[in-house]
Amino acid sequence: MAHIKLEEGVPGIRGPMLFSPETTRPMSEFVEILLRDDNNTLTRGERELIGTYVSSLNDCFFCQNVHGAIAAHYMQCDMAYIDAVKLDPLNTPISDKMKALLAIAGSVQKGGKNVTTEQVEHAKSLGATDKEIHDTVLIAAAFCMFNRYVDGLATWAPQDRQFYLERAARRAEEGYIEYDLRK
Amino acid sequence: MPHIPLQEHLPGITGLLEYRQDTAEPIRELTQVLLKGPSTLTEGERELIATIVCYGNECNFCNAAHTAAADILLGEHETSAKMKQDIETTPVSEKMKALLTIAAQVRESGKSVTTASVERAKAAGATDIEIHDTVLIAALFCLYNRYVDGLATVVPADQGFYMSLAEKIRDQGYVRTPGWYDKLKK
Repeated sequence: MAHIKLEEGVPGIRGPMLFSPETTRPMSEFVEILLRDDNNTLTRGERELIGTYVSSLNDCFFCQNVHGAIAAHYMQCDMAYIDAVKLDPLNTPISDKMKALLAIAGSVQKGGKNVTTEQVEHAKSLGATDKEIHDTVLIAAAFCMFNRYVDGLATWAPQDRQFYLERAARRAEEGYIEYDLRK
Repeated sequence: MPHIPLQEHLPGITGLLEYRQDTAEPIRELTQVLLKGPSTLTEGERELIATIVCYGNECNFCNAAHTAAADILLGEHETSAKMKQDIETTPVSEKMKALLTIAAQVRESGKSVTTASVERAKAAGATDIEIHDTVLIAALFCLYNRYVDGLATVVPADQGFYMSLAEKIRDQGYVRTPGWYDKLKK
């Protein structure tokens, strides 16, 4: 049961989002720009994958399944592929640049000071731009917020992973701002 | 040296928020609503919640900035200093002790928040909104601390910088104030 009175049957972050519309508005705008804006050299799938990886490290079931399913939708792969990346990104067929960025994201998850100059230089040597490094750090940091928001209030997460797969296409299409939190 | 090129006169979070202004705007707004918006928690109490997280995350820039903000809003330095040593002996209400404990748990992980600590807060009169806001403020500063340290931003040694930032937070809030940034160039 959630720690505060949230609307019943509303999963994950949507419960607190409905509870607090004043904070939801800027939070939704933030995630829309960060993850979905096409003026970005990281694809939407790559950005969702960074969020999924961090959510997995934070053991946030809701977030890793929502964003894993959306990443799979954009990348046109199945959840087994996403699960493999979460478990061991270095041994999956993603680009070397993405491996380097996920390593940075993994360090951010532990704490900002864990990001090393070597990690950043390695990512740059593989073609990562300053903005891509910035965005990787900010996405990872953002999911350290979202994961804590979702689990810190003990929100309800459907356990059937099919639930998340069925909703991914719609979220990819509608985005993070204009949609019905109850659907 | 920061991991990416930032304007040299803008240390800590300030350079990052200028580096990418389109993402900065909603983060600023979220912070403004949570820390400066209408609330049954005082601005000083909300800055203490932010500070306990920055301190626990060992983010020197954010810790110095929000300690200064809490101190200037509370009008004294003792509460923030004592809180960092031991929440239970800090001269704040039982409700605030419970909320600070929840914030410290959120810092560790969302899953670390216990039903017992939430029940304690409720028994001391905390509303659902106050508990919600405490969790979200703590979570937001887990973002900020990682953003600031993850990109290795500059941490000013001069305490005067943080006093000036605290006054800006008190008087103008978290919205973008270009004039204030220009002053730093001098």
